[in-house]
Amino acid sequence: MIKIDERGYYGEFGGAFIPEMLHPNVEELRQKYLEIMADPTFEKEFRDLLKDYVGRPSPLYFAKRLSAHYGTQIYLKREDLNHTGAHKINNTIGQILMAKRLGKTRIIAETGAGQHGVATATVCALVGLPCIVYMGAIDIDRQAPNVSRMRMMGAEVRPANSGSKTLKDATNEAIRDWINNPEDTHYIIGSVVGPHPYPDMVARFQSVISEEMKWQLKEKTGNENPDAIIACVGGGSNAAGAYYHYLNEPDVRLIAVEAAGMGIDSGESAATSVLGSKGIIHGSRTLLMQTDDGQIVEPYSISAGLDYPGIGPLHAHLIASGRAEAISITDEDALRASYFLSKKEGIIPALETGHAFAALDYIKFKEEEVVVINLSGRGDKDLATFVKHFERF
Amino acid sequence: MNRIQQLFNNKSSEILNIYFTAGYPQLNNTASIILNLEKEGVDLIEIGMPYSDPLADGPTIQDSGTAALKNGMNLPLLFEQITEVRQHTQVPLILMGYFNQVMQYGQEKFIKKCVDAGVDGVILPDLPTFEYEIYNKKMFEEADLNISFLITPQTSEARIRKVDELTRGFIYMVSNASITGTKTGISNKQIEYFERIEKMNLKTPRLIGFGISDNKTFSTACKYANGAIIGSAFIRALNKSENLADTIHSFVKKIKVG
Repeated sequence: MIKIDERGYYGEFGGAFIPEMLHPNVEELRQKYLEIMADPTFEKEFRDLLKDYVGRPSPLYFAKRLSAHYGTQIYLKREDLNHTGAHKINNTIGQILMAKRLGKTRIIAETGAGQHGVATATVCALVGLPCIVYMGAIDIDRQAPNVSRMRMMGAEVRPANSGSKTLKDATNEAIRDWINNPEDTHYIIGSVVGPHPYPDMVARFQSVISEEMKWQLKEKTGNENPDAIIACVGGGSNAAGAYYHYLNEPDVRLIAVEAAGMGIDSGESAATSVLGSKGIIHGSRTLLMQTDDGQIVEPYSISAGLDYPGIGPLHAHLIASGRAEAISITDEDALRASYFLSKKEGIIPALETGHAFAALDYIKFKEEEVVVINLSGRGDKDLATFVKHFERF
Repeated sequence: MNRIQQLFNNKSSEILNIYFTAGYPQLNNTASIILNLEKEGVDLIEIGMPYSDPLADGPTIQDSGTAALKNGMNLPLLFEQITEVRQHTQVPLILMGYFNQVMQYGQEKFIKKCVDAGVDGVILPDLPTFEYEIYNKKMFEEADLNISFLITPQTSEARIRKVDELTRGFIYMVSNASITGTKTGISNKQIEYFERIEKMNLKTPRLIGFGISDNKTFSTACKYANGAIIGSAFIRALNKSENLADTIHSFVKKIKVG
């Protein structure tokens, strides 16, 4: 059975390695999150917003031309059609309602590519709470449209100028803000990372993805279980949501696609399961990329949503125990797969999601097998990158 | 006997603990900083193991760590430097860092190396008491290596009692809800917190840290605890230093006598 224990561990991964200054906030959340989520009025509010505001259920689409090309049955879970264009909103809707139940009046978040920042700014506008988003100074420059979206919805975007000035540093800055504001603030973490109970709470909010997949597959194929689920993994929240209700169905292959960047051995990569080792990042014991001296390494990927030096403890456990298979996809393959999907199916995926599609070139499925790809986000935000390679694909 | 216990046996008030980041401003300043601090009458010295992602620290200490890493500081080198300086001083030495550094070095090896090099205690702010009790306590106690846990104004009484039970050496009282180096001065609300802790009659000595930067804040802290810890203010002084001995002399003097 794959299940989190009461101390927040999946096998040997997880826990809450946090300074005492964070303890009261994290402990309050740990004690209350399950009870709040189980409250029928919370559940109803969450479900209603997912339906009427986010636009769920997201369609499960049989990709006919892609299936014919690869000689297997490929279904796409269309998280790109959610409000704000990615799966991230499932979690921010859940957490903003959680913050309200906890009586918090100020929201902070970190963001890399800006997708989680936009999803957080969105829900803060929705409920009328002030929102501060920490973003690496370098990412603010390279993801300008998302910065404008956040600002338009009233969020304050604060640059993280420490360390490497990217996602991990934005996360550090958000944690420091939380330390400095211990009473009124809730920190909406965007992935299945961080101290317990965040990985579990975020996975539960995202689990609506696989919950819908079950009945949608049953309707379309007669069987609620596919043969395989493919999802890209940075921190791992879309993958956690897509796997969640299949974790204990061993016949369903779970395939985690990481970013190889310029290549595993290039020194410019974010393939944590290959290049990482056990350690602690952002309060969680998991797999992360680090030096022999335990210094956290700055990862690289063309996709800002995948260049995180760790993975969530659930994924570390799934990969270490053999329940999930990890595969790494280079920038080049992700670009090619993104163009291919655009031309074959008329869907421009986020670059992150492009990595998941590239896995089809490396894993051969049988003709009758049913494969679900979690189409975690749409590609508008990556147009500038795509356009640079227009002549080549 | 552990040098920290020895210190608290002989002295119970106005204890001055100064923090610096190993490898900063220069890679090989460790010995010189320690010996000068001791010469100026500093009671305890906390050596920061520079870390890429120091969650509990503010920009001053993080920047010094980034510079130290760039200078080439790492744990094996730091242990060599401490082993060498221990030949010349008996001042209690404490290592401060993050638990990932200990994990990667290897916990058993780390503890043994601390003892061999003459380190008396450690502060690992992201190691929870809960994990420590199950996985680490036995090894620390067998090696007679001290460990300090943190308490804050938000820490519950039950947890403070637990920290009092587990801490060996001194309790690190975080003066305010903050990261290091951000707030200066001490408010009435903080005084209430200091008094509340004083009334708990804890068995372990207490040092107050975070926001202590001059004679005024040091003296106030000393009224309510056995002493205080200064970090960021000292790093800022080192940052501008042209001569370590002079800088340390005037810095410590300013803290002790104003």
